[in-house]
Amino acid sequence: MNATARRMTSLGRAELTLLGRNKNNLFIALLMPLLMILVLRSSLGQMSPDELPGGMAGTTLIGGTGMVLVLVVYMGLVSALVARREELVLKRLRTGEATDLEILGGAALPSAAIALVQCVVLSVGGALVLDVPAPRRPDLLVLGLLAAVLLLAGLAAATTAITRNVESAGLTTLPFFLISAMGSGLMVPRDLLPDLVASLTQLLPFSGVMEFVRAGWLGVGDTKDLMTAALTTLAWGVLTVFAVRKWFRWEPRR
Amino acid sequence: MTNAIEAEGLRRGYSGGFEAVRGISFTVPHGEIFALLGTNGAGKTSTVELLEGLAAPSAGTARVLGHDPYRERAAVRPRIGVMLQEGGFPSDLTVAETVRMWAGCTTGARPTGEALEAVGLGSRHRVRIKQLSGGERRRLDLALALLGRPEVLFLDEPTTGLDAEGRRDTWNLVRRLRDEGTTVLLTTHYLEEAESLADRLAIMHQGRIVLTGTPDEVTAARPARIRFTLPEGVAPARLPLSLKAAADGRRVEIRTHELQDALGELLGWAREAGVRLDGLDARSATLEEAFLEIASRTDALDQDLNGDLAADLESLR
Repeated sequence: MNATARRMTSLGRAELTLLGRNKNNLFIALLMPLLMILVLRSSLGQMSPDELPGGMAGTTLIGGTGMVLVLVVYMGLVSALVARREELVLKRLRTGEATDLEILGGAALPSAAIALVQCVVLSVGGALVLDVPAPRRPDLLVLGLLAAVLLLAGLAAATTAITRNVESAGLTTLPFFLISAMGSGLMVPRDLLPDLVASLTQLLPFSGVMEFVRAGWLGVGDTKDLMTAALTTLAWGVLTVFAVRKWFRWEPRR
Repeated sequence: MTNAIEAEGLRRGYSGGFEAVRGISFTVPHGEIFALLGTNGAGKTSTVELLEGLAAPSAGTARVLGHDPYRERAAVRPRIGVMLQEGGFPSDLTVAETVRMWAGCTTGARPTGEALEAVGLGSRHRVRIKQLSGGERRRLDLALALLGRPEVLFLDEPTTGLDAEGRRDTWNLVRRLRDEGTTVLLTTHYLEEAESLADRLAIMHQGRIVLTGTPDEVTAARPARIRFTLPEGVAPARLPLSLKAAADGRRVEIRTHELQDALGELLGWAREAGVRLDGLDARSATLEEAFLEIASRTDALDQDLNGDLAADLESLR
């Protein structure tokens, strides 16, 4: 095992232990996604199944996958990183051999792993229980999931810059959650939005990776949409890296 | 390469214009304990953070084991150990879990048990961090700093919050490390700590080093003092002129570089004049006096006093 992997596993293991000892974060990571998927299902139930691409079950699966990712990776990681920053753990870690990227990556490992496992459970469960046909393009699905984890981890790090303490994390993560839920196809499939709104919302940070997840399950409709999705995601990725480098704080504000 | 640490004209400014470190230079040879002494806000921590590579200096150069600690941190970090002024540990981890996490990030880490034994925390390995006392946290922090058997050790106020026994244990441990060849840079505001532990020390004030040398050199340059109270009706003006006495009412203070001669003259005069000196107290210069004198000075001395004992002494008279 090389040094980077050794350091990141070590940090990730400690972070996982901490997650297991924090009931709040455990709730967000394990029960919240389930709850939100139930909410999603009942709200979709009021629509006519013919309107929904991929049907009711397919839409639930796709939206649910996005929901899991945002809740577990994004919201979970913001509160974890802020907690470590306020406890001066990040500052202490920076005096050691681990690089900045390894520290952030190590902290993100448990959330990322839990989210991906939940996505797998959701997919397998969906296929078995909801009778959804298997993903048409598993390669695109996997690509979408990985890109989503990376992007959300970056966005989480950027969000800590405006989060003063763990308590305010609930508030500072809300805008991104709501925008994604409404505009990126988590709660409402984007096909159902009016044309103008639909073309605008495809530029939202989370819309690109959701397009990939959707294409992974239902197959590619329009290659142009996929290109747009890839470029949008890339652009947000660059922007996120820039924001983190510029504004991320390693120690509490005095 | 003879010096483990070299600082040359280091400056550190913060956004907002405050300059915490204003051009300091010093070197620490291998295997030496060097103490940075100063009041709160003197710039000790800001200086140490530059040498640890946590921040880049706004001017000047820092070298640790021959490398730039900020730009070449990958080369420096595996060979140094750092203890921050305020250690940060996740409060829900146990002591052993914290050491294990840190060991995973450290090249050639000591076994957990050995590291904890060295600082006297061997029996506390299953305790959560949040249940440790302040002193125990300091010792855990020290254990982590020592985990990679560092060649250079940075200790920022290592004994703050420790009781007398813990402090002595830490001193012994630091001395033992030095004897094994480790170079130690420590900051402290405990004078006795610097005096008993450091091979050499520098006193910082307002971002500058105003005095540097061995503890003996630093104190030797200071005047000794004699204090007493004259009885009623004896005017201070009656004291021998050679004694350079300063009087505040009946209380008198004499500063001298020749304590024995001055004291002899004073006692001779007192016997002849039949004067009783109340609360007579004579003492050689201590680091404390050197320190307090510097701390009480304002920045009237805006000149470069770096390391020049004679010039510094002149300016005090």
